[in-house]
Amino acid sequence: MLSEVEIEEINQELAGVPVKEAAGIEALKIIQRHRGWVSDESLRDVAAYLQMAPEELDSVATFYNLIFRQPVGRHIILLCDSISCWVMGYEQLSSQLRQKLGIGFGQTTADGCFTLLPNPCLGTCDHAPALMIDNDLYRDVSPEMLDEILGKYK
Amino acid sequence: MATLFIDNAPYQVKEGKNLLEACLSLGFDLPYFCWHPAMGSVGACRQCAVKSFRDEEDTRGKLVMSCMEPVRDQARISIQDAEAVGFRAGIIEWLMTNHPHDCAVCDEGGSCHLQDMTVMTGHNYRRFRFNKRTYRNQDLGPFLNHEMNRCIHCYRCIRFYKDYAGGKDLDAMGAHNHVYFGRSEDGVLENEFSGNLAEVCPTGVFTDKSLKQHYTRKWDMTHAPSLCQGCAMGCNIIASERYGELRQISSRFNGEVNGYFICDRGRFGYEFVNSEDRIREIGVKGKPEIKDRDSLLRTAAARIREGSVLGIGSPRASLESNFALRKLVGEDNFYHGVADTEFDLVNLTLRILKEGTVRTPTLPEIESADAILILGEDLINTAPRMVLALRQAVRRGPGEALSARMNVPLWQDAAIRQAIQQDKAPLFSITPYPVRQDELATKSLYESPDDISRIGFAIAHAIDPDVTEIKRLSDEERMWTAHMAAVLLRAERPLIISGYGAGSEAVIKSAADVAWALKKSGKDVRLSLTVPECNSMGLAMMGGHRLESALDAVAHGHADTVIILENDLYRRAEKTLVDEFLQKSRHVILLDQVYHQTAEEADVIIPAGTFAEADGTLISGEGRAQRFYQVFVPDGPVQESWRWLQQLAEACGNRTLSHLRILDDFVLEIAKTCPQFEGIEHIAPPSDFRIGAQKIARQPHRYSGRTAKEAHIQVSERKPPSDEDSPLSFTMEGYHGIPPSAVVPFFWAPGWNSIQSINKYQIEVGGPLHDGDPGRRLIEPGDAHTPVFFAEQAAPFPIRPDCLYLIPQYAIFGTEEFSVHSPGIASRSPAAAITVARADADSWGLRDGDLLEFQFNGQEYKLAIQTNQQYPRGMGTLPIGLKGVPFMDLPGWIRLKPVERS
Amino acid sequence: MKPLTGHIKADGTPLTLAEYEQLGGYQALRKALRMSPQEVTTEVKNSNLKGRGGAGFNTGMKWSFVPMDDPSAEKYLICNADEMEPGTFKDRWLLEGNPHQLLEGMLIAAYAIQASEGYVFLRYAYKTAAKGIRVALAEAERAGYLGSNILGSGFSLRMHLHTGVGRYMCGEETALLNSLEGKRATPRAKPPFPQVSGLFGKPTIVNNVETFSCVPHIISNGAAWFQSLSKNPQDGGTKIYGVSGKVNRPGAWELPMGITLRELIEEHAGGMRSGYRFRGALPGGASTDFLVEEHLDVPMDYGSVAAAGSRLGTGTVVVLDDRTCPVGFVHNLEHFFAQESCGWCTPCREGLPWTEKILRALENGEGRENDLDLLAMHAQALGPGKTFCALAPGAMEPLQSALNYFRKDFEQHIHEKKCPYGHTLH
Ligand SMILES: Cc1cc2nc3c(=O)[nH]c(=O)nc-3n(C[C@H](O)[C@H](O)[C@H](O)COP(=O)(O)O)c2cc1C
Ligand code: SF4
Ligand code: FES
Repeated sequence: MLSEVEIEEINQELAGVPVKEAAGIEALKIIQRHRGWVSDESLRDVAAYLQMAPEELDSVATFYNLIFRQPVGRHIILLCDSISCWVMGYEQLSSQLRQKLGIGFGQTTADGCFTLLPNPCLGTCDHAPALMIDNDLYRDVSPEMLDEILGKYK
Repeated sequence: MATLFIDNAPYQVKEGKNLLEACLSLGFDLPYFCWHPAMGSVGACRQCAVKSFRDEEDTRGKLVMSCMEPVRDQARISIQDAEAVGFRAGIIEWLMTNHPHDCAVCDEGGSCHLQDMTVMTGHNYRRFRFNKRTYRNQDLGPFLNHEMNRCIHCYRCIRFYKDYAGGKDLDAMGAHNHVYFGRSEDGVLENEFSGNLAEVCPTGVFTDKSLKQHYTRKWDMTHAPSLCQGCAMGCNIIASERYGELRQISSRFNGEVNGYFICDRGRFGYEFVNSEDRIREIGVKGKPEIKDRDSLLRTAAARIREGSVLGIGSPRASLESNFALRKLVGEDNFYHGVADTEFDLVNLTLRILKEGTVRTPTLPEIESADAILILGEDLINTAPRMVLALRQAVRRGPGEALSARMNVPLWQDAAIRQAIQQDKAPLFSITPYPVRQDELATKSLYESPDDISRIGFAIAHAIDPDVTEIKRLSDEERMWTAHMAAVLLRAERPLIISGYGAGSEAVIKSAADVAWALKKSGKDVRLSLTVPECNSMGLAMMGGHRLESALDAVAHGHADTVIILENDLYRRAEKTLVDEFLQKSRHVILLDQVYHQTAEEADVIIPAGTFAEADGTLISGEGRAQRFYQVFVPDGPVQESWRWLQQLAEACGNRTLSHLRILDDFVLEIAKTCPQFEGIEHIAPPSDFRIGAQKIARQPHRYSGRTAKEAHIQVSERKPPSDEDSPLSFTMEGYHGIPPSAVVPFFWAPGWNSIQSINKYQIEVGGPLHDGDPGRRLIEPGDAHTPVFFAEQAAPFPIRPDCLYLIPQYAIFGTEEFSVHSPGIASRSPAAAITVARADADSWGLRDGDLLEFQFNGQEYKLAIQTNQQYPRGMGTLPIGLKGVPFMDLPGWIRLKPVERS
Repeated sequence: MKPLTGHIKADGTPLTLAEYEQLGGYQALRKALRMSPQEVTTEVKNSNLKGRGGAGFNTGMKWSFVPMDDPSAEKYLICNADEMEPGTFKDRWLLEGNPHQLLEGMLIAAYAIQASEGYVFLRYAYKTAAKGIRVALAEAERAGYLGSNILGSGFSLRMHLHTGVGRYMCGEETALLNSLEGKRATPRAKPPFPQVSGLFGKPTIVNNVETFSCVPHIISNGAAWFQSLSKNPQDGGTKIYGVSGKVNRPGAWELPMGITLRELIEEHAGGMRSGYRFRGALPGGASTDFLVEEHLDVPMDYGSVAAAGSRLGTGTVVVLDDRTCPVGFVHNLEHFFAQESCGWCTPCREGLPWTEKILRALENGEGRENDLDLLAMHAQALGPGKTFCALAPGAMEPLQSALNYFRKDFEQHIHEKKCPYGHTLH
């Protein structure tokens, strides 16, 4: 069931588009903002609300890598794995990070705090390597900084 | 015409096509995947690359995708260019990186487009040394098997399912080399045309689940050109057999009728042929010793001679069988085995088509209609294939306009679809309740049949004042009728559709008036009127009496022996009447294929061949005579009804059929003695037709195991049956080239083992078959005379307290008598419930699932109800033909029993 | 002259409307509204402004393809702010530092094509930019620069911010349109071009952030002035160049179009870090061919870089140093492209993962003799015109040039059965 707030927000998106499907991505984002991820049930509910088949919406949801169709942790770590960061020490950072979290990419820490995802270029190549946690960008990150950064979210 | 140079040789080709079509039409073997003749080009697979050169001087050229390039005069291309050849082989190499090596156990093997293209491009050696990706498969319901690992991502499945057929529950999931074609979760694919995926998919991802129950390779089956018996559309099919079992139905291309596609009832409804409920043996009540043809004929003949006999024909029996029965019992004693209401509706339809001024449309004509009015028909359930055509029609107009404006050819499917967005050509649908075609409609109205006819007549009046004005229309109705009339008048090729669905003569008449009025104003209009069964039209054309009079004749003692041809009377008249009729008849002789209630009452049962075991002619709703052919000769006494009836006549000493022996004799006799059927002798070559002294082989040249297939019974090979009725042979011996279009048993061409070989059978790709699409239209309107309008003045639909106007509702899966013997079809059958307006149910204090008790024609009934907010008040629908639904000759008023409230 | 970035504050916080106006902001819009749409387009065309999104097509020319015969027909204007090309970080600077400049450029462009709806398609990761743009949109609307009857001109524009949910493909302009329509970001067939049939089937212009940001300055100061900013008369304006990799001062700078690669790396980026030597560079993001030492004096304009066998692309340089394995470097790129392939056409969908797997095998010492042939085959067969869109050809540019310039490294990997740089991939 969609919450009233969610419906309200989806309606706002619907007002700006000529066909309902066009609000699909926005609606998925809204759900994800409220619930962290898009479960099968949420997907069906949104699809029904937009008068789409679940398949139509899932086709879109599964195309984009930042719509989560599986549960995620409270915080999403996006570690840039593209070229400038790679040159500037991504691999070391990545193995340190995975070690500290005790998880691999695509996994969530046992305490549900972090989900770690690889991510293409964060557009801050002059301050590589970089990572993002939720809305916060961290640049020129060295493995030594990780404890402090992660500490903020625990 | 344009001159196209292919590898330096000039060819004359049509302008406007793409290079791929042009090359294929010229007979070149150019591989492709994502392109499909019915669905156009999207340029995804990159398989069809050729070299294109600027001019004669250009020696380097550049690769282009032939499916994406229009034919231009003086264009120079090369198919054989080394880079092009290498690139095409490379595409296969890429596709094969992830394709499993499971051809040996894959249902597609031997009829696989991917196999064909792999051989065609010459890709042989595997250079990819890494792991393949794997997928999980889904359960897609009773019709289709899913094996995603075989997917080559040509996108043809969703282009058919979503774009072409309007399905919603199949889509592309994921991205990069992990795209997945499936549903959001396991579940039945809902679209009524899903089965076509088995043919559209170039590999073994989507395969026919019913075939899987008794799997046999294409090359090991005996095939015959056949006709779907599921409804009156007349779709052409290929029926395929092995070991005396019908194993597969596939679509047989006919550009005028069904094109490449058929519906799921047609594809999966064949299993009754193999079913346990088949009548396979001779049965004479009280005389179990009678097992052979001769004694049966003697016994039956004796009974026929004893009394006065009447015959009841059937809309699902061939023209030949109905004709034979009529000859046997005499014209005066020949009755139609259809409900009386249906008899009237179909006869009216026939009259309108014969005496009116407007033609029925072919499938391409439906697809090119630019404004459509549907009066009363729930088409997906009464004429399924037509909905697929309408789906193409509504985007045709906007597509053509955009194509011209953007200078992008119509076959650029993705581009045109993208540009069209939600735009569609006008389609008005006025039906008693919400229907599938509403998705296509610019405007849908839900009205009772009476009101539908009033709107119809009002539209006709708005077009032509000669049609009487309709009084007491509501403001809304007045506005819509004016609008619809104006839109139809603006169109160039309007199409009016109606038929038996609403059970109302007035609705059909109003549709005729609209069409005639448009014709009078100079429009190139078409009128399509549905009829219920595969030979309803043929039966009506043949003539005969109403069933009611047959019942009367026996009741009054004018007849006492009845011969029932391929019919279950309990589906044609109310139970008490049929009970009485059968009890009063001294002898009941039934020829039929599957046991049913009538069979239980019959005292002589004669096993008739199904379409798979018989030849015959059917007249489709369009008025097209077409021939179907036997696939195999069953063991035991089963044979064509017309053959039984001829033998019965002989045994009775009735000489009227003595001179008729084989199918051709019947066909010629019908053509000669019934002017309305003139021409049916030309719809297919006669039985003595030969190509180079050879018959046409029903079995492919690679048919295997024929000497071994019965070795467990007898070591020597049985003599194959001969076929005196058709130019087809039952074995692999015979002609294997391209035969006349009416007798194509299967599509197969050198290098093209898959169904894509249809290309080779067409004059040009996507066009008619080599010697024209099969069949002949028998009903053409009279010369352009002034129409005599019906111009009826129906009163508005009255809502009556304590009564409900009950009309029939049809179900693609469920209504048709035989197809429900297929477990898959049965599982898709809807609930046996009366549907009424929510407000009506509320007023009776009833809710979904409650029982409604009522009286109809003096009988008491009790059925569950279902409510729907969009139903008009005072009206309900009863799903016809379903298990658990008693026959009532609807429409009609039912009287509700007062509800006792606790 | 740094017209685009000169005013951006050192701390990178966005210029407020008041600050922007004080610097002459929205004067160009006022001026444009007094011109005819046609005149605006012509001025931009004459400025030789070439699209800064990577393809380098003349911007005014692109606008002129929009059919203007039906004034009532709906049209759309879209800013491509999806910046996801690895190694590229120039639009972020403009988006975060001066959103009003972008809005003004878009307003002028919208006026030129008479669009009624505008979108900024922003990649999800640019959270700060999103905030800034939202504020700027509200400010502009309040001040009458946006909305209906802008500055009393009778011209109206509604503007929306759309933030993406990932996928590099969203940057490809037709895939971007699909994404805005709520669909999968697969590219569309061309023709029809978006200028004729774009968003929701309506005429649409898509331009890059930097492209739009140039427009107010062109209108204010004229086409000739804009051209004079460049060192090359073929290309107008300044360009935001960037450098990343093992240099002393990675960063981005607005410079006259056509400065040399050497100036860029040695002067602006402060040269290579000590202990590292320059081996090569991608001049304009991940999908451009390597340039090597011999090219250091190539002017960084569209024509010159092309003549040197590469593309200016986004003008953001990624430097390859002598201690980084070129095979690993290219592997990283191909891994990216394989992941970001939309899955529509065969060569890209199947060919890129294969390429990636071969490079991984090479790096891990599992290379085989014919691997280089297979890589070369892919570089050839995924080239322009052979795939549906430009993603795969772009992916092949670094590969094919690496095979050319760093062939020895590739061979060494095979013959030594290990990465000579001691690198492995997991
Ligand atoms: C795979 C791919 C990704 C692209 N990504 C971007 C992008 O992130 N930003 C951008 O401005 N252009 C991108 N482009 C180029 C756009 O398709 C388009 O050419 C550009 O937005 C036009 O704007 P311009 O004329 O101002 O350069 C991309 C192209 C391709 C093929
Ligand atoms: S080249 Fe093909 S698969 Fe790759 S991104 Fe473009 S369309 Fe998609
Ligand atoms: S058939 Fe031409 S690209 Fe697929």
